[in-house]
Amino acid sequence: MSDARSDIFARIREALKVKAPKPHLKGDGAPGKTSTVAKPWLPDGGETAEDSLTILAEQLAKLKAVLIRVPDHASAAKAVAELSVSKNWKKVAYHGHDLLRPVAAALTCENWEADASFDKQRLEGCDAGITTCESIVAQLGSILVSSTSSGGRALSILPHVHVVIAETSQVVPDLGAALALVKARHGTDMPSMLSFITGPSRTGDIERILVLGAHGPKELFLILVG
Amino acid sequence: MDDSKAIFLKDATVNAADGDQRAFINKALGGYYTNRDLQKARYRDWERARDAASMAKWSAVNDLANVLEKFVSNFERNGGVVHWARDAEEARVIILKIAEDVKAKAIVKSKCMTTEEIHLNDALEKAGYGVVESDLGEFIQQLRGEAPYHFVFPCMHVKREAISELFTKHLGTAPTDSPEELTMIARRHLRQLYIDADIGITGANFLVAETGQISITENEGNARLTAALPRIHIALSGIEKVVNHLDDLSVLLPMLATAGAGQPMTCYNTLYSGPRKKGECDGPEEFHLVLMDNARTRILADPEQRDSLHCIRCGACLNVCPIFKNIGGLAYGTTYQGPIGSVITPHLRGLKQWNHLSAASSLCGACTDACPVRIDLHHHLLRNRRNASKESPTLFDLAFHHGFTFVIKRPWLFALGGRIFRATLPLLQKLPLPYMGAWMKTRDLPKAPAQSFRDQWKNQNV
Ligand code: SF4
Repeated sequence: MSDARSDIFARIREALKVKAPKPHLKGDGAPGKTSTVAKPWLPDGGETAEDSLTILAEQLAKLKAVLIRVPDHASAAKAVAELSVSKNWKKVAYHGHDLLRPVAAALTCENWEADASFDKQRLEGCDAGITTCESIVAQLGSILVSSTSSGGRALSILPHVHVVIAETSQVVPDLGAALALVKARHGTDMPSMLSFITGPSRTGDIERILVLGAHGPKELFLILVG
Repeated sequence: MDDSKAIFLKDATVNAADGDQRAFINKALGGYYTNRDLQKARYRDWERARDAASMAKWSAVNDLANVLEKFVSNFERNGGVVHWARDAEEARVIILKIAEDVKAKAIVKSKCMTTEEIHLNDALEKAGYGVVESDLGEFIQQLRGEAPYHFVFPCMHVKREAISELFTKHLGTAPTDSPEELTMIARRHLRQLYIDADIGITGANFLVAETGQISITENEGNARLTAALPRIHIALSGIEKVVNHLDDLSVLLPMLATAGAGQPMTCYNTLYSGPRKKGECDGPEEFHLVLMDNARTRILADPEQRDSLHCIRCGACLNVCPIFKNIGGLAYGTTYQGPIGSVITPHLRGLKQWNHLSAASSLCGACTDACPVRIDLHHHLLRNRRNASKESPTLFDLAFHHGFTFVIKRPWLFALGGRIFRATLPLLQKLPLPYMGAWMKTRDLPKAPAQSFRDQWKNQNV
């Protein structure tokens, strides 16, 4: 028996001997190899950094994610501590990152570094996970987390609340820019998971009615420093 | 008549007459139309975005061997294992073998139509493995013992009361009529299952050749959990899901969300390049990717309909299809419902048995307009009809074709026929016409004009 792989490739090569016509296009062609090619036909992500921040705020509001802007990292820590009290969090896990340790230190509830001693059962029982991120996409209100920037795969999805702490300089206008940044930063050594998070987890499976917190976090906070 | 056709006709007739159910479906889709239009309006030029999306898929599909090879070599470099399956049976065998090798006890699945296509759950259950669907809609359909109604919105036809009853029966929860409460019941029930499962099975929306990553799109977070907590991750994908560049996703991901669900972006769009890497604290130890043909190369070999492999399974064509909205998703009896299902099912399962789906269309073209990757859907329905009558013409086809050719070649006979037809039309109204029964039941024949078109033409031009 010849192996499945060569059979499938043989079938593909045979099939492609007859060419198919190009689709009937109305404008220009495919996105380019380099992501710097502007795509002025997609949703706008803003020309200037200020535009981008405005668009981001609008998008996040529509997605029912909460944006909190603070001037410096000390205020970020304070904001998280306040949230933990007002929301009555009992257990909080965070990504072991130099910017997040002071945030955790300001908490009054039980907290631990999720990636230092990973325990999925313990993580399931916690109220909130705090992570950094790779970048933030203004155009769509998406936050890009990765297995390296966000304490692995589970921390940003298993706890009931996800808090992201980032700097305004991490905001990029559009998805193309975020993907270009990923390539520039990680090259051929990608984190095993990269995830664009666009609002709190949601479902419309029951009568197409929107419900937040299907399996992932019910609440998403973005604390933007600067 | 073939079984599949007979069942289709019966179910479609019953469902089309069910006004309540139709109103329910229309109401459920109402919010989608509003949101889709709002999101589409944010595109500075939707038509050009469609061009880019269709070219991204066209260039990958028409160079499939090279792009796939590149994807696989990059994927393997990242530490994942690729398996090849010529058909559904091979894919099932591969997955069962992995389950056996790792001595799996519990398996959790996120939504994946390709696994529906190969009836994976049946196979796993027969082999003694417990499998739980984690997507809320799929979870509900699994408890109901029913196939998905719509490949993006699997249980859109089920009313909340029925879901409440279902949960009471299977999970022992108190009845409720709140969608929120019902969602939370499923959330609580499934959380421990992700933690206990040893295998997580997902699909893939895109395979990125440039980086060797697979991209998974979902709203609930269940696929994220499925690929994070179990020790083994298995993904099943058709070979046509490949794209050339990472940047192609900057167009395809937002368009998939907007066209299919009226969202700017689906809640989670995740790229996986391999199993847990050194230095990472969690994630699966093994990552298996099953790449399956299962008749995709048959579609590839048809240059006319090759573009149906561009499909990104957004579901937009179902949402706008008057046939889908009237007969419902289950009547199709296929894995993929709606216009795209009618186009590709004959390739997957045989033209003779599944051509009737292509006939069940008003050819309004709403699907073709809605498709973000510009698949020529309604013309493909016509092409299927043509191919079917070429491949296995019915007696009626033959009689009609030869009769018509005979008459049209003889103008005098054509004119005579016309005269007789005009004269007897009022009589025909009263006769039970062969082949026309279903059509005539709810319609009257038009009045015959006094003069034939040819006569009118002649008289005007004198
Ligand atoms: S055929 Fe087009 S509209 Fe239909 S599901 Fe596929 S991509 Fe979407």
